[in-house]
Amino acid sequence: MVVKKNLYTKRKSGRKMDEVRPITANVGIVPSADGSASFQTGKTKAIAVVRGPRTLHPQHMQNAQTGILRVSYGMMPFSVEDRIRPGPNRRSEEISKVTEWALSSVVDLSGFPNTVVDVFVQIPQADAGTRVAGINAAALALAHAGIPMREMVSAIGVGKIDKSLVVDLDKYEDSEFHDGEGSTDIPVVVTSRTKEIALLQLDGKISVDEFKECIEMAKKACDGILKVQMDALREVSGVRDQKSGGKKNG
Amino acid sequence: MGNYVLSNLQVEKIESYLGEGKRLDGRKVDEYRELFVEDGVSENSASAVRVRFGKTEVLAGVHLALATPYPDSPDSGTFMTSAELHPMASQQFDIGRPGINSVELARVIDRGIRESGFIDMKKLCIKEGEKVWQVFVDIFAINDDGNLLDVAGLAALIALGRARMPIYNEKEDKVDGYDDKKGIPLNKDVLSFSMTFHKVGDAIVADVGYDEEAISKFRLTVAIGCDEKGGARITAMQKGKVGTISDKDMETLLKLAESKWSEMFPVVKKHVFG
Repeated sequence: MVVKKNLYTKRKSGRKMDEVRPITANVGIVPSADGSASFQTGKTKAIAVVRGPRTLHPQHMQNAQTGILRVSYGMMPFSVEDRIRPGPNRRSEEISKVTEWALSSVVDLSGFPNTVVDVFVQIPQADAGTRVAGINAAALALAHAGIPMREMVSAIGVGKIDKSLVVDLDKYEDSEFHDGEGSTDIPVVVTSRTKEIALLQLDGKISVDEFKECIEMAKKACDGILKVQMDALREVSGVRDQKSGGKKNG
Repeated sequence: MGNYVLSNLQVEKIESYLGEGKRLDGRKVDEYRELFVEDGVSENSASAVRVRFGKTEVLAGVHLALATPYPDSPDSGTFMTSAELHPMASQQFDIGRPGINSVELARVIDRGIRESGFIDMKKLCIKEGEKVWQVFVDIFAINDDGNLLDVAGLAALIALGRARMPIYNEKEDKVDGYDDKKGIPLNKDVLSFSMTFHKVGDAIVADVGYDEEAISKFRLTVAIGCDEKGGARITAMQKGKVGTISDKDMETLLKLAESKWSEMFPVVKKHVFG
């Protein structure tokens, strides 16, 4: 059997294989909201707003045992080169749901029965990895709103470009590279304390061993992202000691 | 807007303050909040800007796409404005189909730009009857602290003023990026912008805040541009809400609109054309 040469030994962006794009995070960007944050990775920008807990309508959706989390993800019409029609579509509805599951796994709304906590995620500018940037922003906005969370979450896209394993795929790697074994894209959400996986999707072709290595790379990258998130929260809340968390008025 | 309810005490306080020519946030009755404009929201579109009056904030972006012209105007480009009053921006907005507020807002802004002839539609024709540019203006509300209408209208104009012209690749019949040095064809002389005034208590108030907007009796949006001598000329109007306008209010309002326009027009022009 002929072993084919790896066609992606150097990243187009010049980054190292495990290098995350430059990150900025800001908390408290929408004054009228209960919680809000922005999260930027390279050219991908996400903003997230939290409203609630508030009474859930329609009433039949209310749960007397607990509040519920409701996520709405969307890309702004001008976020990509081909304009996106405003409003929900199949892709955005699916991403909303997987984001909701990921965040619900760390949020505890048992103290707010019959209510809803709305999380709105929007992407003003996209360069791949919008769902993970959105989740990083959303986790910050939830903490900013003082919503009880068992732990934080951080998110990153990892994957395989031809034979190389990479962290934080950009648009070229995610959707424009088709040579050799092509591109495999794996968005991952990692919880901050227990280091468990709260979201996992995969698109492409990858061996089990390579997949396992990708997860380890994702966990390492998420450690770095968590640090940026905690710094952003500390800056806005004035909380200096990590033990007291990112709560407002704490 | 919506079912937002203020206490009677708060309403009385706002109205009695206005009776003395004062406002709770310290502004004068005819005073606009400071205007902030920021570029570079998205480099994937022809332009995308962030515009703020105080805490009321919107993003607006422009896209151009290839399209077939309408049969009744085969040599003209087409134009569409859409607005999302997203629940992100306010407790009052719901997710889902655009409500009447966002439909009205988009239509008022669309009409203002379309009817003024600000965009040179003829120059957006590539091949008569076959291919033209379609211009989209997309407005997205980020935070509502009153007077979204004026902020959104300005954002649309500024985004158009700063939009880059895409490059048409005739051979392959597709768009090949943007010409960063070339703007989209605009008739700069006909630039007009809208100002919305509300009747709150007995006063005519400019650039309302959230609470003032909630309790106002009527609003009147007035779009004004330049006439041949550089004076003010009304180009569009829209009244909103159930209250009626007396002769006296109309006179106060028009006087106010004209003087505000003279004050703000140079600033707006600078932001639109850079």
